[in-house]
Amino acid sequence: MKSLAELAAIREQMKDKIVLREGSGDVRVVVGMATCGIAAGARPVLGAFVEGVAKAGLSGKVTVSQTGCIGVCRLEPIVEVFEAGKEKVTYVKMTAEKANRVIEEHLKGGKVVSEYTIGNAE
Amino acid sequence: MIRSHVLICGGTGCTSSGSKTIQDTFARELESQGLSDEVKIVQTGCFGLCALGPVVIIYPEGTFYSRVTPDDVKEIVSEHLLKGRVVERLVHKDADAPVPADGAYSMNETAFYRKQHRVALRNCGLINPENIDEYIAMDGYAALGKVLTEMTPDDVIQTLLDAGLRGRGGAGFPTGLKWKFAKAYQNEQKYVCCNADEGDPGAFMDRSVLEGDPHAVLEAMAIAGYTIGANKGYIYVRAEYPIAVNRLRIAIDQAREYGLLGKDIFGTGFDFDIELRLGAGAFVCGEETALMTSIEGNRGEPRPRPPFPAEKGLYQKPSILNNVETYANVCQIILKGAEWFASMGTEKSKGTKVFALGGKINNTGLVEVPMGTTLREVIEDIGGGIPNGKKFKAAQTGGPSGGCIPASLIDTKIDYDSLIAIGSMMGSGGLIVMDEDNCMVDIAKFFLEFTVDESCGKCTPCRVGTKRLYEMLTKVTNGTATMEDLDKMEELCYYIKANSLCGLGQTAPNPVLSTLKYFRAEYEAHVRDKICPAGVCKALLQYVIDPDKCKGCTLCARNCPVGAISGELKAPHVIDPAKCIKCGVCAERCKFGAISKK
Repeated sequence: MKSLAELAAIREQMKDKIVLREGSGDVRVVVGMATCGIAAGARPVLGAFVEGVAKAGLSGKVTVSQTGCIGVCRLEPIVEVFEAGKEKVTYVKMTAEKANRVIEEHLKGGKVVSEYTIGNAE
Repeated sequence: MIRSHVLICGGTGCTSSGSKTIQDTFARELESQGLSDEVKIVQTGCFGLCALGPVVIIYPEGTFYSRVTPDDVKEIVSEHLLKGRVVERLVHKDADAPVPADGAYSMNETAFYRKQHRVALRNCGLINPENIDEYIAMDGYAALGKVLTEMTPDDVIQTLLDAGLRGRGGAGFPTGLKWKFAKAYQNEQKYVCCNADEGDPGAFMDRSVLEGDPHAVLEAMAIAGYTIGANKGYIYVRAEYPIAVNRLRIAIDQAREYGLLGKDIFGTGFDFDIELRLGAGAFVCGEETALMTSIEGNRGEPRPRPPFPAEKGLYQKPSILNNVETYANVCQIILKGAEWFASMGTEKSKGTKVFALGGKINNTGLVEVPMGTTLREVIEDIGGGIPNGKKFKAAQTGGPSGGCIPASLIDTKIDYDSLIAIGSMMGSGGLIVMDEDNCMVDIAKFFLEFTVDESCGKCTPCRVGTKRLYEMLTKVTNGTATMEDLDKMEELCYYIKANSLCGLGQTAPNPVLSTLKYFRAEYEAHVRDKICPAGVCKALLQYVIDPDKCKGCTLCARNCPVGAISGELKAPHVIDPAKCIKCGVCAERCKFGAISKK
């Protein structure tokens, strides 16, 4: 190790890989991963969120995790976004493409993508 | 794409309760359910709650699973990792904890963790100790970088003095002062040593730091080297700690590969390297001069001080020796500042202390609390109290060098000075809890037997004195002592303390003195009334059969290993005290509760 910059480079690169374990992001993105969710294609959605959040540099702020059946199986894959002090947002019939838009507009930009929400689907 | 980390404890406690098998089973299950690319398995150091091992934590949820068996693994993988449903029955939570709406229990909210504050243990159970990159991600080696590029040795010393860090090995000498003395002596060659020869019965603090976060010790030793002007370090670690030794070896190799040990670290021209020395497990080698003698390859015996090691230590060169836990605090102080560290603890004892909780306590394990936390908080809140509804009788701190703290002093704040004031000592952090079934004379005898064994024999007060003291204690426990013996014992204790060469002898009588002070009535009961109130000392016990309750079923007689019980079928039996070896089998087997000990 010849310089502090070298150390800092390793640290930055590793931080993203270990940030999962801090588990205390302000925002929690929860993907429904029960049988119904998986059958409807929740796995690529979860993958898109995990990768997209890391790519967007939001790992310290946003925690992506999964949950069981949310209850409205016909609207799966369902994704819920919890943010302290705000009402939770429920996105339905998600795809990887939709996930990327949610990351871009909602998680990064702070604006709910209302056309994907459960209120709009009904 | 890794979306979840499964952290499996690889500390000694969980390893012996089978965590390696759990890890292999996870790997197999993840493979078979097609999750190997999404879920990463990480072997970590100790989480602290050894009583409930093997422990598994799943992130990002932070779900804490305890007592996981290989059969549970399939369910955790298919329920939690595949479908996101927490396996409720395996989650460690307080008995009265409400179920959170999203099922995300946080381990930090449980009673065991809530009052803890982790500084020395901050990475234990969080990172993979065998991966230097994970340590670097947690700001590892940043303190060394800061010291080498921004601070002078005097700055480092001043920071440690301002922080008020005192030696965690037990004596509590200010670390900054120790380094200052060693820096002041001019010599081309100086040494930095680390005492990882943790020998107190029931203590496993240093072991867990080495197993969970070995780089923290290496980094702090390099900082010490820069400060005092040494380019060589030795870690003296017990050979009985195979996992710690192995992880230290891996850590040293990785640090060398990255150039964080070796020549010209960070391009500053500072050289530092570390070697391991394995100890054969002699308790006296925890004493600094004996430890250094042992590193040199000689028989581990102490020598008189002065000269202190700061002047003439290892190979007669200026040296410092610090304990593992002391080093584990150093990097944090450098990074976060003296003020941050000094904001924790009491006036004269700053920071936190790690304790190994053992004995009659529900949550056996490793805890780290701010100095000044009361014994009651540690035992009742964090430790979860005494099992089976028994009453707390005493706590033993400081191992064979420390003393017993009686129940009446349970509200004592734990710091160096308050423990000395009540006749015990901080010691390295073993904390053994005793309930009403423990005989205090027997406890004192246990610790003294240990020091008799471990006395190196170099000086007479320790070699002969502890042996004589042990014989007197034996007289007490078998009922042949007189009241004069108690006074003689006390006198001998003070004599050994005043005249022994090293810390081993000077503190060896502490268990006897403190129990004599707080539990004299129990000693007197042994001597005067020939009874052991706790029912432990066999020579003073008698098993008797209550003829009114005995149905003459012959079960006791058939199970007695020495044939001491006789009697006709359906008639009350009797025990022959001359033959009875007081094993207690008869009382255990009796279905009518007719046999009791007196």
